[in-house]
Amino acid sequence: MRLTYPANVKIVKVPCTGRMDIIHMLKAFENGADGVFVAGCLEGECHFLRGNLRAKKRVAQAQALLNECGVGGDRIAMYNLSSAQGQRFAEISREMTEKVRQLGPNPVKKGRAEAA
Amino acid sequence: MSASNLERVLKSGSFAVTGECGPPRGADVEVIRKKGAHLKGYVDGVNVTDNQTSVVRMSSFASSLVLKEMGFDPIMQMVCRDRNRIAIQSDVLGAAALGINNLLCLSGDHQKFGDHPTAKNVYDIDSMQLIQTLKRLRDEGKFLGGEEVKGRPDMFIGCAENPFADPFEIRAMRLAKKVAAGAQFVQTQCIFNVEKFEKWMEMVRDLGVHEKIYILAGITPCKSIGMARYMKTSVPGMDVPDALIDRLKGVPKEKVSEEGIKIAVETIQRVRAIKGVAGIHLMAIEWEERVPEMVQGAGLYPRPQVN
Amino acid sequence: MIVANRKPFEEIVEMVKPYRKVLLLGCNECVTVCATGGSKEVAVLASELRLYREKEGQPIEITEHTLERNCDPEYVESLKPMVGNYEVVLSMACGCGIQFVGEHYREMRVLPAVNTTFDGVAEEQGVWAERCLGCGNCILDKTLGVCPVTRCAKSLFNGPCGGSTGGKCEVNKDTPCGWQLIVDRLKEMNLMEKYMEIQPLKDWSTSHGGGPRKRVREDLKL
Repeated sequence: MRLTYPANVKIVKVPCTGRMDIIHMLKAFENGADGVFVAGCLEGECHFLRGNLRAKKRVAQAQALLNECGVGGDRIAMYNLSSAQGQRFAEISREMTEKVRQLGPNPVKKGRAEAA
Repeated sequence: MSASNLERVLKSGSFAVTGECGPPRGADVEVIRKKGAHLKGYVDGVNVTDNQTSVVRMSSFASSLVLKEMGFDPIMQMVCRDRNRIAIQSDVLGAAALGINNLLCLSGDHQKFGDHPTAKNVYDIDSMQLIQTLKRLRDEGKFLGGEEVKGRPDMFIGCAENPFADPFEIRAMRLAKKVAAGAQFVQTQCIFNVEKFEKWMEMVRDLGVHEKIYILAGITPCKSIGMARYMKTSVPGMDVPDALIDRLKGVPKEKVSEEGIKIAVETIQRVRAIKGVAGIHLMAIEWEERVPEMVQGAGLYPRPQVN
Repeated sequence: MIVANRKPFEEIVEMVKPYRKVLLLGCNECVTVCATGGSKEVAVLASELRLYREKEGQPIEITEHTLERNCDPEYVESLKPMVGNYEVVLSMACGCGIQFVGEHYREMRVLPAVNTTFDGVAEEQGVWAERCLGCGNCILDKTLGVCPVTRCAKSLFNGPCGGSTGGKCEVNKDTPCGWQLIVDRLKEMNLMEKYMEIQPLKDWSTSHGGGPRKRVREDLKL
C-alpha cells in the first residue's frame, strides 16, 4: 500500500501470534526494545483458530511480569487486525510509538549505561 | 441422680431452656459475671462458647467455672480445631473434676474466619469421635489409648446439628450417627426458616431419633436488619428467609429490634408445637439482657426446679 | 505430582541481592508439569532478573540449567563440573530437589525460588489441585475414592460439618465440600448405608507428625 509508518518499528514475523511465547516478549526488552506490540488476526478469524486468543493471554501475563521486574507492562500491547488492514497497521504503529515515546526509553538501557 | 441440671430437667419431661454466654476477649472476669446475671433463673443450663469463629476469647473451661460459681449449670463447648486427643481428654477430666457436667462436642469453625488465620489447626479427632471419647471415658472408664481412667468423668454428652446445611438429605442421618456414637442432647443451628426445620424434624422422626436424643431448637433474635443480612450472606450454614428481612424492613427503624424479639418468641412457640422438640437453645449474642422477656413471653418462666 | 508456585518477585530479588553470578536450576519433572520451574519458567525468571538488575545498575550473570530430576543422585551429580563456577544456586525445583542439591554441594547455598505447596492432579489445563498429603494410612477404600484428609478442610472422618453449603466448603466457595463428594459417591454406588458407619480414630503416627519418614528396600540396596 506504500503507507508510511515510523522507522523505529522493527517487524518480527511469525506464522501466528500463538507461536509467540512469554520469553520472546521479555527477550525483546532484554535486547533493548523500548516497546512491543503484538499484531494478531481479528478475534474469531485466527487462521489457526485460537492462536490469537492464546497470544492475548500471554501478553497479559507478560505485562504482569514486566510490571513486577520494573520495566513496565504498558510497554507491551496486543492489537487485532486483518492482513488487509494496511491503514490500521500504520495507525497502530504510530499510536504505539507515541505511547512509548511518552514512557521514555527502556529503563534497562539507563542502568546499562551507568554500569559501563 | 445426674449431676447435670439440664439432664434432670429434660428427663423430667419439662420443656428445657438453655442460654449462651460468649466469654470476653480479655481476662476481665466481670464481663462473664454481668452476662450471667441477665440469665440467672431463666435457663436450665448455659452454653459457654469455645473460641467461637476462631476468635481468641477467655477459655470455655475458665468461663464455665465462673458461671458454675454463680450457680449455673454450665454446658462447656469444646471444638476439635485447637486441641488433640491428649489435651481433650485432659480437659474433660478437669471439667468433670470441677463440677462441669455438660459438654457440647463440635468440629469448630475453620481458623480462616478468625483473628489468627495463620495458625495451624489440629483436627486430630472429629466431633463424632469426640462424642465417642466422652462415652468411653464415662461408661468404660478407659482412655483412647486403652489405659484405665481412675475416676470416671460424669458427663451429659451434647452435640450440634445444622438442619440448614448441605447435603440436606443426610442431616437427619448424621444426627442418628451422633446418637449411635453416644450423644444425649443436641442443639440446632438457629432457626429462621421454620418450614425447613419442620422438614428436618420429619426426617428425624422417620428414623426414630427423636426418642433417643433430646432435641433443643436453636433460637436467635435479630437485633437489626444488618444483623439478619449479615447472617444470611456471611455466616456459613445459615438460612435466613427473605420474608424475615422483609418483615423487619416493614416496621419503623426504632421498632426493628422489638420486631426481632417478637419473631423470636413466635418461633419458640412454633417449634414448641413440633413433635420431638424437647426444648430451646437461646443464643441472644451480646443481647443477653433480652433473654428474660423472651423466656417469659414464650410462657417458659419460671424454670422448673428438679432434684 | 508435586505442585509449586514461584515466589513473589521481590522475595527472589532480595535473596539474590548479594550475588552477581548465579546458577538458576530447573527441573524437568513435577515443576515442569505445573508450569512453575521447568526450562521455560527458568528462562522467564532469568530474563526478569537480568532486566531488573540491569535497570538497577547492578547486572547479574545467570546461567540457566534444567536437570531431568533433582531428587535422584545420578542427575544431581551431573552438576559437579559446573557448580563451583557460581556464587550461589537459585533453584526452581520442589523443596525436595532444593534440599538434595544442597546436600550434594555443601559449599554452595541453594536458594528456593518457589514455594512448594501440595501433591495433586491436573483438573484441567492450567489448573492443579491438591489430592494427597501423605498421611501414610490410606482409607480411600472406605470413602469410595475421595480422601477426607485432603478434600475436607477440617480432615473430618465423619463429616460434613455444619458449614457445607451448596456442595461448597465454608473456607472457600470455589472449593468443593469433600464430604459432599463422598456422599455423592455413596449415592452413585448405591451404598448410602455406609454413611452410618462411624470411622474410627486416625492413626496419625504414620504421617509427618510421627517424625520424618523413610522407605527402605533392603533387596535394592547395593
